[in-house]
Amino acid sequence: MASSEEDGAGGGSLEEKEKGRKRRLGALATAWLIGYNIAMTAGWLVLAIAMARFYMQKGTYKGLYKTIQKTLKFFQTFAVLEVVHCAVGIVRTSVLVTGVQVSSRIFMVWFITHSIKQIQNEESVILYLVVWTVTEITRYSFYTFNLLNHLPYFIKWARYNFFIILYPVGVAGELLTIYAALPYVKKTGIFSLRLPNKYNVSFDYYYFLIIVMASYIPLFPQLYFHMLWQRRKVLHGEVTVEKDD
Amino acid sequence: MGSRVTFFEVEILDWKTKQQLCFLDKVEPHATISDIRLMFHKSYPQWYPARQSIRLDPKGKSLRDEEILQHLPVGTTATLYFKDLGPQIGWTMVFLTEYAGPLFIYFLFYFRMPFVYGLDDKLTSSPHPVVNLACICHSFHYIKRLIETIFVHRFSHGTMPLRSIIKNCFYYWGFAAWLAYYINHPLYTPPSYGQKQINIAVIMFLICEAGNFSIHVALSDLRRDGSKIRKIPYPTKNPFTWLFFFVSCPNYTYEVGAWISFTIMTQCVPVGLFTFLCFIQMTVWAKDKHYTYVREFKDYPSLRMPIIPFLL
Repeated sequence: MASSEEDGAGGGSLEEKEKGRKRRLGALATAWLIGYNIAMTAGWLVLAIAMARFYMQKGTYKGLYKTIQKTLKFFQTFAVLEVVHCAVGIVRTSVLVTGVQVSSRIFMVWFITHSIKQIQNEESVILYLVVWTVTEITRYSFYTFNLLNHLPYFIKWARYNFFIILYPVGVAGELLTIYAALPYVKKTGIFSLRLPNKYNVSFDYYYFLIIVMASYIPLFPQLYFHMLWQRRKVLHGEVTVEKDD
Repeated sequence: MGSRVTFFEVEILDWKTKQQLCFLDKVEPHATISDIRLMFHKSYPQWYPARQSIRLDPKGKSLRDEEILQHLPVGTTATLYFKDLGPQIGWTMVFLTEYAGPLFIYFLFYFRMPFVYGLDDKLTSSPHPVVNLACICHSFHYIKRLIETIFVHRFSHGTMPLRSIIKNCFYYWGFAAWLAYYINHPLYTPPSYGQKQINIAVIMFLICEAGNFSIHVALSDLRRDGSKIRKIPYPTKNPFTWLFFFVSCPNYTYEVGAWISFTIMTQCVPVGLFTFLCFIQMTVWAKDKHYTYVREFKDYPSLRMPIIPFLL
């Protein structure tokens, strides 16, 4: 059966394992996941189209964020459900890993871009938005096709290759955005709590952001190399038992 | 028939590579794992007994020192597996380091060392009596722990991996610095309900410290003869030990109580956060201990809960 779903030598074991896993999933859970992933694919597609249209009509990206912000916030926040999927067990990924990934997205959307309005027209915002859009469309369509057991090879290829460029570019966009926000955070003291107060605690969002930026240094290489290792296993058909994502 | 002793042969393989590291012949059948560890140590001086994990399966549980060779499910040629646990540190050293740190770190903040709050406030003292009280209580808590470590506790396992102690020290010392920073800060705000709040907190603190100490003494007395066998702890004449009627680990109950009272006394969020984390940690330890007791003793009192009477 020379169908496009078979991905060549060694991929069979992973496919079978995924088919087996899906068999163990109830019909309801499968239907829910398919619906969820289709909806998310559609959502990020809408976002991509809206962004492209804005740029084609206006010729600039100034004001682009304001136009798409509601859609972005809706679909990115909805992704919190993915943590629930892991917790409940219908998706076999670690709750912690998913939690960290979703949290960092929520953080960028709500605690940086939404809250610090002065940076909404920065180039870096567009940078990470484009990266996220391409990544998410690829990721959710990959999950959708997987669940339907009809995975076109090019989607699989995209999922395991795009990140090589997209991931560092996305990180650059995020870091530059946080960096741009710093002076405004210092000036307004947003999300900060000063002494004296009756709780005898203080929190400086400015220094917190600096720590966040610094934490990218150990975290990014680890995640990047983990994804490279996963890519090698999946695409070059090594026959090993593997945990998905 | 004859009383000929069958000597054992013991081969020790690396748990990962399965390479033979050591071959011991003419091993007495009643030799213990401890003896075998000592023999292995002779061939590999860098692997002292405390860092040897000897097991029957490559990925199995480490065998205890007291296990006797002929009682193990092995033939006369026994195959054992070795894993290096890494550098180890004795429990006494662990606790002394973990407790001495917070004790001294708190003083750096209490006496307002110049590098802490800036030169304007250096070496000044707080106008609030509760800040002095907090220092006394915090210091008392850790001095008591140090004394218990030296004179009271009888540890069952010998050692802990060195890596853990570094992680633990970061955690305990870091938190001590963080909460000491706010309590001794020039802009510290005393508790909202004033002296009433402080007094209640102090009384609760003293009760919990006395309770915790009583439990440690009671547990220590269970091992007075130096044995490593686990026994069920029971309430004694000391009223503080009567908590044993209701919980398996009243020492943890009292410990959490002491930190709750310290939180009330200082009304400081970092202290509250530390208390909360302690509570989670001790609940995990208490549940572990509780279920070990339940598994090991058929007649274990059924009224007892792990850490909170009737609840948890």
